[in-house]
Order: sequence, then structure tokens, then C-alpha cells
Amino acid sequence: MPTRRRALLLVSALLMLALASIAGALMAGSYAVAPGDVWAALAGTSQGMAGEVVTGLRLPRALAAFACGGLLALAGALMQVLLRNPLADPYVLGISGGAAVGALAAMLFGLPLLFIHGGAFFGAFAAILVVFGLARGDGSWTQTRLLLTGVIVAAGCGAAVALIISVAAEHQLRDMLFWLMGDLSHAGSPWPALLVLALGLAAALPLSRDLNLLARGDLVARTLGVSVRGLRGAVYVLASLLTAVAVTTTGSVGFVGLIVPHLVRLAIGNDQRVLLPAAALAGGSLLVAADTLARTVVAPQQLPVGVLTALLGVPVFLYLLSRQPKGGRE
Amino acid sequence: MSVLLEVRDLAAAIGGRTLVSCLDLRLDAGERLAILGRNGAGKTTLLHTLAGLRQPLAGDIRLCGEEMSALAPRRLAQLRGVLLQQQIDAFPASVLETALIGRHPWMERWAWEGATDARAARQALAAVGLAELEQRDVHTLSGGERQRLALATLLTQAPRLALLDEPLSHLDLNHQIAVLELLASRARDNGMGMVMVMHDVNLARRFADRALLLFGDGSAQCGPVAEVLHAPTLSRLYGYPLRRIDADGSDYFIPE
Repeated sequence: MPTRRRALLLVSALLMLALASIAGALMAGSYAVAPGDVWAALAGTSQGMAGEVVTGLRLPRALAAFACGGLLALAGALMQVLLRNPLADPYVLGISGGAAVGALAAMLFGLPLLFIHGGAFFGAFAAILVVFGLARGDGSWTQTRLLLTGVIVAAGCGAAVALIISVAAEHQLRDMLFWLMGDLSHAGSPWPALLVLALGLAAALPLSRDLNLLARGDLVARTLGVSVRGLRGAVYVLASLLTAVAVTTTGSVGFVGLIVPHLVRLAIGNDQRVLLPAAALAGGSLLVAADTLARTVVAPQQLPVGVLTALLGVPVFLYLLSRQPKGGRE
Repeated sequence: MSVLLEVRDLAAAIGGRTLVSCLDLRLDAGERLAILGRNGAGKTTLLHTLAGLRQPLAGDIRLCGEEMSALAPRRLAQLRGVLLQQQIDAFPASVLETALIGRHPWMERWAWEGATDARAARQALAAVGLAELEQRDVHTLSGGERQRLALATLLTQAPRLALLDEPLSHLDLNHQIAVLELLASRARDNGMGMVMVMHDVNLARRFADRALLLFGDGSAQCGPVAEVLHAPTLSRLYGYPLRRIDADGSDYFIPE
């Protein structure tokens, strides 16, 4: 039985986890900072190196990681309901493909960072418009059609990305590969992404019980009083925007958007009222933890964060899956 | 007796083929109507049209005295419920959770399911014999159990008009009768009106007040079961000869 009390408990627990992951990110690194010094730096009373490292370098990066992880997990959870397909992720409809084409094209021409972000957002937006426009067709807006259109657009973008990489100069390849695997070292200010995450959650939560019904099928939802057409349009636009902001900030970090909603679903069930905020918090925490490892494991070299999200997430996911009793939940 | 459903001059089509035309229909509270016809004759299309899930080609439908197309989705869901032909579960969910979604139209946006909702869902589960399975995952249910769960969700929704698309599919004989008896008691005690798509003429004769025969060419015939269900009519309806048998004063139809 879903209850509000259980939901609040779960969300508070995940909030703790998120704070812990950010605290860890602030302390760890080639220049280790003690908890007390982190606190002093955040309070603004610290002098010297520790304060600089914590508030100037690590905090923006940790917050950007948290925001993007949250955005991707939330977008993934929404896409899975929208397409009623547990295998859907934020990238399945070609949004990251479009963003990649935009960002890599900007890199190819040697444009500055601002243009790379701009190209990513423009590309993502173009992909959203193309998929939405084409999938609508004659008004019969089925999820099969949406999925197919998205997959084809994604495939087209994949080819364009391969083309760009094959004509790119040798010294550009590393940056391009890192962008494709997700990279937080060029994230910039975390505040826009955090704001979008907060707004996205605020927009999704009032719809969450309707989404519970949508997950059971369009017809079921309509028989129980959900105006499905408007809801699906809203969810598509919302999930797409969240994804576009995330890939613009960090590149296409894989895995978070697919696995985190599943992980949360396996752990606490499929009630969207809990799942959506929980996925956002868990996704944020996972990406913060992964990024912390990415910059510490083989320091001073940095690994692409997408590699670490998968390395961390796969064992946890497999454990949860195997723990699941065969005959239903306890 | 209050009128639940009033249909005038209704036409419905699918894929450019008109399956129902100029249909007039009236259903009072507590009345049970069976829809009979061949595969593809338009039974489900008509049911979905009556439920407001499809736009009619022509004509108007009034539900509890109100123009159906003017009803807000939530209000519509409080008045009429639908048992769909197929139950699809893409994601895992417990049996109790699945029955509880029937409460959706009755809950405010920020409300969570409370004791009243749980009681309604548990009563419905008990009524269809699934009380023991309330914590089971829907994916572990048999076809018949899943069908009864869908019925429990509908009973939890407690609409005034229930539109049932093949309520007996996947059910064994014992449960077919149990479900029909349950529906009969809801009609008698709660005044729930019912439109049921059925395939078994004999069960329709026994458990429905009236029958609507869809011939698939746009023509239809409607009336009390004792008047409409005749061997020649049914033979024409199904395109296969049926014979009437008299047993203990009741009519039964068997294929030749």
C-alpha cells in the first residue's frame, strides 16, 4: 500500500545519500580536505587553499554532476512511462544524438566552449522538434510511431557523429570522445541545470498519479479519467527539455537515465509519486559519486564519468535484480 | 428508475466500415444488456464509443442525463467504468495496487490512498476471490486471475454504468458463473447498469435482461432476451445454424 509517510521517509533517506555524496566529492581529490575544513569553506570562514579548492572547483562541479544525474534519471523515468517501455532512456528518442552532432560540429570548427554548449542545445532541440513533428503525423500519436521515429533520428545522428569523428583532426578526437562519454570538467555554472531540475520535478510531481495510470496503458488511463493526449504531450516536452539541458551541460553521460529509474523501481516499486523524486535524487548521487571516482582513481588523469557510472551501477543493479523474489514483491 | 444511458441515432465505424448505424438505446439503472455478434461485427467499437473512448460517427450519447462529450474526464470516470478486453502490464505492480487504481477518479490531485480506499479495494478483491493474493505481483497471475483483478479494479471504481468487454474471457466455468452472479448482485443491490460484450448465448440469456445483436452490416436488433434470442435470428447472427433445446422450461441454444 503506498502511503505518504513511506514516500517521505524514502525521499528523506535519499536526500541524505545525496548530501553524503556531495560531501564526499568536496573532500576527495588529489588535495584531500578534512570535513572540518570543508565546513569552514562552505561557511566562508576558511582561508587559503582549502577554501579555494572546495568552493571554487569542487562544489560547482559536484552540483553540476548532481543536477545532470538528476535530470537524466528523471527524464529516463518519464520516458519509460511515456513509451511504456522499461528499455527506454532519455536518449532513445534521438535527443543526445542531436546534441552530439551540434557539439561535435562546434568542436570540429574549433569554436570556443560557449559554442559547444550552444551547439549541443541547438542540436538537441532540433532533434526534439523533428521527432515530435514527424511522430505526430496524421494525429495518430502512438508510442510505437514515436519510438520508431526517435530511433531512426538517433541512428541518423549517430552516422553524422561518425562522419564528424572521421574527418576531425587527431588532436580534437580526445575531446570529442570525452564529450560522447560524458565529461564534467567543462560543465560551467551548475545553477541553470539545478534550476531546471527543480522546475522539472515541480512540473512532474502534480502529474505523477496520472502517470501511474499512463504506465498501465493509454486505454486504462482514459477509462479512469486521465486526459491522455495532453498528458503525453506534456511529458514528452518535459522529458526532452530535461535531457537537452543535461546533455548540454555534461555531454551524453550514458547509463544514468536507463538504470537509475530501474534501480529505484526495483527497490521501492513503481509508484511515480515516489519514483520521480527518488530517481532524481539517486541519479544525482550516482553521478556525483561516479565523477568523484572519475577524477581520483587514476589522478591526476581524469576518466570519462560515463565509464564510472556504468562500473558503479551495473553491480548494484544486478544485485537488486537477483535479490528480487520470483513470486512478487514482499 | 433513473436513466443511465441514452443513445440516439448513433453511428460508429472503424477503418471506413460502418458497423453500427441509426442505433437508439436506453439503459436504466440496474439493467443488464448483452451485446452479441460475430468477430469484427463492431461489439468492442460500439462499447468503446459508449464509453467515450472513441468519437461516434454520428448521433449523441447522454450519460446520467448529461451530454457525454461535455463531461470532464474525471467526472466521466466516476460515472462509467470499462473492463477492457486485454490487460497489459508493462511494469510490475502488486495486486492490491492494481485494484487501488480504481479509486483514482475519486481522489483529489494531492491525495494518497487512505483507509477508505484500501477497504474498497480489499472488498472488491474479496468479491472476486483474490483476497489471498493481494501482495502478489500481477505478472505472476494466471490469465483468469488477471481478468478477475481487472474486474476488481472496476468494482473499486464503483461506476454507475459498467461497460464490460468480454468479462468472461480466460475464466473457467465456475468463475464465469461466479462473476456473472456477482455482477447480477451489483445490478440488483447497487443499481449498477451493465453493458456486456458476450459470446455465450446461453449465459447471456440467463444473466442479461436485454440483448443487442450486431449483424456487422450496420443493422442491429435489440430487445428483451426472451424476445430477441431465437434460433433463426441467432443462426443469421453467427452465420452458423443453431438449434433451440428446451430443458426444464428454459431455452438453450446449441450449434447444429
